[in-house]
Amino acid sequence: MVRVADHSAPAAGADGIARTPTGRLAIAARIATRSAAVVLLLVAWEIFARSGKVTPFMLPPFSAVVVRIYTDAITGVLWINLGLTLYRALAGFLIAAVAGIALGAAMSRLRPVRWFFDPIVSVGFPMPKIAFLPIVMLWLGVYDVSKIAMVVFDAIFPVVTATIAGLQAVDKELLWSARNMGAGERELMWQIALPAALPQILTGLQVALPIALIVAVIAEMAMGGYGLGGAMMGASRFADSRGVFAGIVEIAIVGYALIKGLAFIRARLLAWHQEAEERS
Amino acid sequence: MTRAALRYLPLLILAVAWEAAARLNIVSALALPPLSHVAAAWVDLVRDGDLIDNGLTSLYRLIAGFLLAVGVGGALGLAMASWRWLDAALRPLVELFYPLPKSALIPVTVLWLGFGDGSKILLIFLGCMIPVTIGAYNGARGSDHVLVWSARSMGAGRVRLLWDVVMPSALPELLNGVRTALALSFILLVSSELISSQRGFGYLIGYLGDNGSYAGMFAVVLTVAFLGFAADRLYQILMRWFLRWCE
Repeated sequence: MVRVADHSAPAAGADGIARTPTGRLAIAARIATRSAAVVLLLVAWEIFARSGKVTPFMLPPFSAVVVRIYTDAITGVLWINLGLTLYRALAGFLIAAVAGIALGAAMSRLRPVRWFFDPIVSVGFPMPKIAFLPIVMLWLGVYDVSKIAMVVFDAIFPVVTATIAGLQAVDKELLWSARNMGAGERELMWQIALPAALPQILTGLQVALPIALIVAVIAEMAMGGYGLGGAMMGASRFADSRGVFAGIVEIAIVGYALIKGLAFIRARLLAWHQEAEERS
Repeated sequence: MTRAALRYLPLLILAVAWEAAARLNIVSALALPPLSHVAAAWVDLVRDGDLIDNGLTSLYRLIAGFLLAVGVGGALGLAMASWRWLDAALRPLVELFYPLPKSALIPVTVLWLGFGDGSKILLIFLGCMIPVTIGAYNGARGSDHVLVWSARSMGAGRVRLLWDVVMPSALPELLNGVRTALALSFILLVSSELISSQRGFGYLIGYLGDNGSYAGMFAVVLTVAFLGFAADRLYQILMRWFLRWCE
């Protein structure tokens, strides 16, 4: 979705909109206004749904949706669906992350690899790869393998391009001095180049993670069966609108938690980086 | 010319490998029909009108949803950057909906508007609006204060200021947001048509696949993939031309 040149765009979207002065007080104030907005939105939903202007089929009250999620949690269906969706999205994401970084590193180091994969990546990145879903189903069936393969196929592109861009931007003097001090090629890669490129690589991963979740959900919707996406689609077919809205709330929470989790990991991994100082 | 040919040679190699793998029965022709068969199926689909009919339906949905998203999303972002109360009211909501996996909206739009054009347009509109809003907002917030002050002191009104000063300086980031939205619109279009539709590219892909005419299915998949790629390249060219004044 976002390419090499603007690899910072999504981060700018997430953090940039909150480009306000930080500090503990400001952060606390931001959390307060944000949760106030969420509460207001939910109250407005409840009132609007009960006002009689829309049928409960079009928009069930929020309380009914919460009850639905609660019952699903008690019966255990929620945990099966949630676990499967998370497993597919995260397994695909991890494979895409490892393979993407490896491919990006190989492309920036080895000319033949770069020559071969460069046009494939630049043509493949802007393609709507989700269109290949029926082909992947044809090859790999409708179970976990095909869903995970689809996630990998979609999520790997931002990782590859971010890795290449990050490795390219590494300070040449840093590499020269390391080489001067006797670092071998392997050490150069693992101890100098990759850590220096880490901020950009992590940005690529932050683009890839929501893609992984989106694709996992779409694949579940298209193939049916268990999983949050499949459950939503099943509910929609039976005109069970509470089930559909329960799915939206669940997926929204999962998406939010995953994004926050990765941002937390980023802050941890980059504690040594100047970016961390700018934040605090 | 030769440089471009050399650059895209790997794609040609892939195409030849595909043809060879299918012809030499390295993989079953059922799983991977030879590229030449796919091309023939493509010509047939165009001649029947199937590809054109479904394609026009899809393009209509895509363009309608995308234009709505750009118009409303862009206006909303600029307005949020200009009026503080609007910013305070809407920013938390934008931040709340930004990380929502957009595909979750597919069943809801079906619930509301059924299987036709309306649900796809609504889905694309809702899914693509927020990246545009955020681009416009960040771009407008980043506009040069000196420019804004001088325009104001020269007597520019709010609307004039927005149109002549804020809008142009917001343009680069706004256009980047629109590019994200363009890619997203293709994804949402195809996936919603694959999952629930009776017309369109995604429907045609599913239909051909269910009937076992895999060469046709590959042809439509490649067509959609190419359109998404071409739209992005075209957009980049337009964007560069549009931004040629800002260096």
